[in-house]
Amino acid sequence: MTAITAVDQRVLNPHPSLAQALRDTFTMAWRALLRVRRTPEQWADVVLQPILFTVMFAFLFGGAIAGDVQTYLPALIPGILVQSVITTSVVTGVQLREDMDTGVFDRFRTLPIARIAPLSGALLTDTLRYAIATAMTFAVGAAIGYRPGGGLVGVVLAGLLVVVCSWALSWIFAFVGVLARSATTVQAMSFMVLFPLTFLSNAFVPTETLPTWLRWFADLNPVSHLITGVRELANTGQVGADVGWALLGAAVVVAIFAPLTVRAYMRKA
Amino acid sequence: MKNQPVPWAVEAEGLVKVFGENRAVDGVDLRVAAGSIYGVLGPNGAGKTTTLSMLATLLRPDGGRARVFGHDVVAEPHVVRQLLGVTGQAASVDEKLSATENLVIFGRLLGLSWKASRAKSAELLEAFGLTEAANRPLANFSGGMRRRLDLAASLIAQPPLIFLDEPTTGLDPRTRSQMWDTIRDLVATGSTVLLTTQYLDEADQLADRIAVIDHGRVVAEGTPDELKASVGTASLHLEPASPSDTPRVLAAIDTVLGVRATVTAEGARVTAPMADPGRVTDLLVALRAADVHLAGLSVQKPTLDEVFLTITGAGAPVPDQEVAA
Repeated sequence: MTAITAVDQRVLNPHPSLAQALRDTFTMAWRALLRVRRTPEQWADVVLQPILFTVMFAFLFGGAIAGDVQTYLPALIPGILVQSVITTSVVTGVQLREDMDTGVFDRFRTLPIARIAPLSGALLTDTLRYAIATAMTFAVGAAIGYRPGGGLVGVVLAGLLVVVCSWALSWIFAFVGVLARSATTVQAMSFMVLFPLTFLSNAFVPTETLPTWLRWFADLNPVSHLITGVRELANTGQVGADVGWALLGAAVVVAIFAPLTVRAYMRKA
Repeated sequence: MKNQPVPWAVEAEGLVKVFGENRAVDGVDLRVAAGSIYGVLGPNGAGKTTTLSMLATLLRPDGGRARVFGHDVVAEPHVVRQLLGVTGQAASVDEKLSATENLVIFGRLLGLSWKASRAKSAELLEAFGLTEAANRPLANFSGGMRRRLDLAASLIAQPPLIFLDEPTTGLDPRTRSQMWDTIRDLVATGSTVLLTTQYLDEADQLADRIAVIDHGRVVAEGTPDELKASVGTASLHLEPASPSDTPRVLAAIDTVLGVRATVTAEGARVTAPMADPGRVTDLLVALRAADVHLAGLSVQKPTLDEVFLTITGAGAPVPDQEVAA
């Protein structure tokens, strides 16, 4: 072993720079990818769930809500897409909790890295999960007869919008993940947030059919704006006001939950 | 930012950590000279790991202050982390990745390029005899291999200060002495090592100075020789043929040598500090007069076990692992 550099010869940074934070985030994301390679079953949900949900809801509700399955698909596919991908983002919190329970997270805390990196890296890798779930949903939709009017560009933009917003929402579940005692708790708590948010929206039924109080919530629900934005992009190729609202909502969620999550993570002994 | 040379690698004053009702660390002072091996010795639950965690910026102290090479652990945690490598209970490796993947990731996080990171990881795996297992999943690693990988991970940045939290707990004697050699090599390269241990012989073998911690407090501090000297120059061990004679042996030691002896838990052996070997004859004569028969008698240079016994007033910690001290 070679002699070490003396302490007074070392260049010491008082704080991690933004460039370092980005670099550390990508390293952590790469670590998460390596872990997926070892345990591919972790990603079974993003492949199987879109198939199951899409087929199930299309044939279950198609006739009742829109008269037939084909007429229902343009409304359903964006709805089911948003619901599936957001459900997938719950796993972020669960896996983060499991990861934090291992000793390696303690080592991360002793390293001179950006404090946000272990979290932002994991969340970055998860955008790949969302992309897979998005592609699967559109593929299954196409297989059962969905022909988006927005063309490929509209579909890709719609997919991107879903991935960005889900990434933003995953900060909520990451926050729950950092705070909760166990992975099981994370799951239970997250689904209590998730179900009202995704089902009490315009995902499956037009909000006009809802009682006034519920309609008030469903219309206000940011998930509804996201779904409307996705519908516009995928079915007509138009960028509507709802895309803006969805992105604004996403930005607000990140602005609140990213700092909260990092702070909670830093406090956790 | 350049730093003035500082003599102390670690300076802690009155460190306190409270968990609920439990004062896990209750006013610990430590001074570790740069370039030395410093041992923190104590039984399970004495507060060793908690103390180390505070110095490693893992836990925020509830009281007191600590500096690493002059940098405050609370005010400048990022600087302190650049000077530290931590190994042991407090920090570990990723079970789901291979040894190489682990080291490359830590290398990247420590600012090395991909290339430098791979080279460093290969170099360390070689140095720690892990090259063959480099790409195997960690699940198949033995305890000794894991510990070596753990240590390798904390040496990537060649930090000037290394914390080893119970580096040999649970290792077999051979792996243990290999680990000791590695630790001595580290100091030879200019590093400072702060290690915790519950094994007295480990502290005796490795450390330049030792702090004995019990119930969250430093109860004794000094070089191994100073600590041993504090319990007398040598000690006398007596084994009564019948354990029922033990009280009479103690009484004889008290009257003849004028010191208090200690008894092992089983009551089979009596140990007394011995300042003047000439007085032993008097003691033996007194014992024969009292009709006490001895099964064994020996004179030993003091060990840290006796230091521990004398200082804490309790029996030496019984290691719960397969390795007996």
